[in-house]
Amino acid sequence: MSSLSPSEDFIGKSVVTLDDLSTEQIELLLRKAQYIDANRKLVSHTCDGRVIATLFYEPSTRTRLSFETAMLRLGGRVIGFAGAQQSSVSKGESIADTLKTVANFADVVAIRHPKEGAALVASEAVDIPVINAGDGGHMHPTQTLADLCTLQSRFGRINDLTVGLCGDLTFGRTVHSLIETLCRFGNVNFVLISPDELKTPQYVIDRINATDNCTYVEVKDLVSVIGDLDVLYMTRVQQERFFNEDDYLRLRDTYILDEDKLRLAKKDMAVLHPLPRVNEIAVEVDHDPRAAYFEQVKNGMLMRMALECSVLGDELPGFDPEGIDAVNAKEVAA
Amino acid sequence: MEVTSITEGIIIDHVPAGTALKVLNYLNINPATTRLALIMNTTSHQFGSKDIIKIEGEQDIDLDVLGLVARQATVDVVHGGKIVEKLTPNLPEHVTNVISCVNPRCVTTIERGIKQRFHLVHSERKEYRCDYCDEEAKF
Repeated sequence: MSSLSPSEDFIGKSVVTLDDLSTEQIELLLRKAQYIDANRKLVSHTCDGRVIATLFYEPSTRTRLSFETAMLRLGGRVIGFAGAQQSSVSKGESIADTLKTVANFADVVAIRHPKEGAALVASEAVDIPVINAGDGGHMHPTQTLADLCTLQSRFGRINDLTVGLCGDLTFGRTVHSLIETLCRFGNVNFVLISPDELKTPQYVIDRINATDNCTYVEVKDLVSVIGDLDVLYMTRVQQERFFNEDDYLRLRDTYILDEDKLRLAKKDMAVLHPLPRVNEIAVEVDHDPRAAYFEQVKNGMLMRMALECSVLGDELPGFDPEGIDAVNAKEVAA
Repeated sequence: MEVTSITEGIIIDHVPAGTALKVLNYLNINPATTRLALIMNTTSHQFGSKDIIKIEGEQDIDLDVLGLVARQATVDVVHGGKIVEKLTPNLPEHVTNVISCVNPRCVTTIERGIKQRFHLVHSERKEYRCDYCDEEAKF
């Protein structure tokens, strides 16, 4: 057990999965994100003189821009590449060698790579903090941080919620990561909405079962449960996941969220989606105040700002790291 | 069936029936150059059937690796024709460079000079997962 405070223990830390962070550290990030949002000008020189390297071995718009904007908004600068073709990778350089080189230029690295486990390799190659910006279908911790931040900003808490997850629950890494992280905080009822072909894997169900105060139900029909939900986390049902096209066509529309289905939902339900969206949420829903998926993008940037300054040990001016955490504050107020 | 006893070496007993050659392979013992006796598919009171491996001249054995591939096995250390010590294999928390990750999307398939590392996630199920990609180990 570390004797360091959550803030002190953050300095120099790599974040490959959210298991690298304690629940106290995740709560600290949520408080910091809230503080940053309310004090953007005040925090705009927090990382003056710092450089982040964004090493993106595969295409990404939202995540890379989010990491880069986060550092720019903290006063730091950005180097990096987007696409392996623009780097020495195309000459056959290993991940470890690239990192050892870049560590001479940058103070922190954000890496996205198509191979699973690439971020761990990167973090073990260097002493500077490495943040996983997605390693294949494996982990994408800052997406989950964005999801948590959205729950926090909508409800003032990340527990005592009924969270529906809908669509592809077999292959969706964001869904598994969100469930596992929410289980660490407890008191969540999960409603797992998917066709039989795309049900939640057993290891994720085991995780819920291992948490005393979390429960789950598995259903196929969104309409029958939407009225019970505080949160609806939508994912895309991809045609290539089905063995036959008839099943896909039969189920496809069942999982499209539109105004008709939304009429059955609670007035303050929040609709989340990791994006990019294809057709699983009708565009008409964007205007509904319950649509929170573009807010998630903003929250992703705020959490990346919080994470970047935390791992660098750069304190946000005026922020009290020992303050009562937002989750508990709401609970006490209630 | 009678097999001459060894005087200095080890006897690996209760090896799962039919797996003795695989166990030797994992233990990095080459049957072509080692003085050994294999008894395969013999009767076991405990398990119904089993394999036995007797190795002359070998005293060291990697109990971690043995635990990985033959957890139920026992090891008798023989000195001067007598069993002087009985050992049981461990189920190691971490395993390095014994098994390889089978996930084609794992970073271990492309990164040079990387170690194959696995960690124990469920001791009853003897479930190991790759440190890098979390794929379950296949033995």
